[in-house]
Amino acid sequence: MVKKSHVTTTINGEAVEFLCEPRQSLLEVLRDTLHLTGAKEGCNNGNCGACTVILDGVPVNSCLVLGVEAEGSKITTIEGVAGESHLHPLQQCFLEDAALQCGICTPGFIVAAKALLDRNPKPSEHDIRFELAGNLCRCTGYDKIIRAVQDAAAVLQENRS
Amino acid sequence: MKEIEYAAATSVDEAVGLLAARGEKARVMAGGTDIIVQLREGLRDADLIVDVKKIPELTQYTYDPVRGLRLGASVPCYKIYRDAKIVAAYPALTDAARIIGGWQIQSRASIGGNLCNSSPAADSIPALIAQDAKCTIAGPNGRRTVPVAEFCTAPGRNQLARGELLVTIEFPPVTQREGASYLRFIPRNEMDIAVVGAGAWLRLNDKDDTIAAARVALAAVAPKPLAATEVGAWLVGKPATAATFAEAGDRARALAKPISDMRGPAEYRVHLVGVMTARAFTAAAERAKK
Repeated sequence: MVKKSHVTTTINGEAVEFLCEPRQSLLEVLRDTLHLTGAKEGCNNGNCGACTVILDGVPVNSCLVLGVEAEGSKITTIEGVAGESHLHPLQQCFLEDAALQCGICTPGFIVAAKALLDRNPKPSEHDIRFELAGNLCRCTGYDKIIRAVQDAAAVLQENRS
Repeated sequence: MKEIEYAAATSVDEAVGLLAARGEKARVMAGGTDIIVQLREGLRDADLIVDVKKIPELTQYTYDPVRGLRLGASVPCYKIYRDAKIVAAYPALTDAARIIGGWQIQSRASIGGNLCNSSPAADSIPALIAQDAKCTIAGPNGRRTVPVAEFCTAPGRNQLARGELLVTIEFPPVTQREGASYLRFIPRNEMDIAVVGAGAWLRLNDKDDTIAAARVALAAVAPKPLAATEVGAWLVGKPATAATFAEAGDRARALAKPISDMRGPAEYRVHLVGVMTARAFTAAAERAKK
């Protein structure tokens, strides 16, 4: 058997160490080893974005990152998006705007949208559609998701002013 | 995925040593967005993954208006299209980098990886050929340089021999009145593989808007990215007009040898070659005039 590697990371602000085999994806490690099951396995080949996490400041498909590659990195998963006692505006707006039906794609959308709003607080509809093109939803037809991201951007803008 | 070993090389020599020792059983990983899927789905086989994201020469890029761009083979796409200087100087390159997968893919995937994956439909390769890029390859016998136009040899295959590694891609310095563009046709808005892609570059003469030099390369219409050199040569001296670019498209159509597959029948692809070639040159000419 291939030797397991010891990997040191920071996940959602906390130091986390884990053992993994080189063949294991970061998604497998998050879900099966660390029991952070918010990131979903949709396609497992980089098309659907349901496994999106933020790795050192940029959104990635965690199914296309090996666990061993995460050594020394900072990771934010959907579990790290909400505050201590309140939802993140993106989460609140997805609920209020009914931007989900089955919900499998939602963690990936929210994490990717957070990465977008962190970088571009006032995205146009086109910006949102372009930057979230790596996230697929088979239920909503996207319009409600786009609106929820726009609404969350407005809430975040208000909170800042 | 089957059991596999992983090594993160920290120097070109170390990577070359690992690749030379293990031969076909070792695979280079830059962003991993192709190789992880290929290993998982059994499309490629390897016992060892050599991660090249910890080799400084591969993870950096340097741009100098006099010397041009030297792009490390594992620099992720998003870094180059976020750099306004690179977008201004090599717009066909950044057009392609902006549409390879979605943001999540672009956070990891590199232009060097897209080149070494050597898909006939790769978005970056026609752009690299149009921008006259060259590869620097390191191997057990030292380094060699190969034009990108000669790098790919067949679907998924390229010139890299046992122990060899793509280190950097070099772009010539940009002169006045030149422009470039990469466009692809896909049935969706984003996140799809090219039915046809066209990368075009041209330089206009100072006095009038005639064409001083031009290059065009095509994706997904031949077993490897197609450098349509005859079309570039024909364009020299012609006025940069819609009629000229339409005829360039017709001439490119004559060179295309596409297959019919799930993305489109050959006849449709040949038609698209004309449309996309003309559009890519039109966009390149607009940029050249700015």
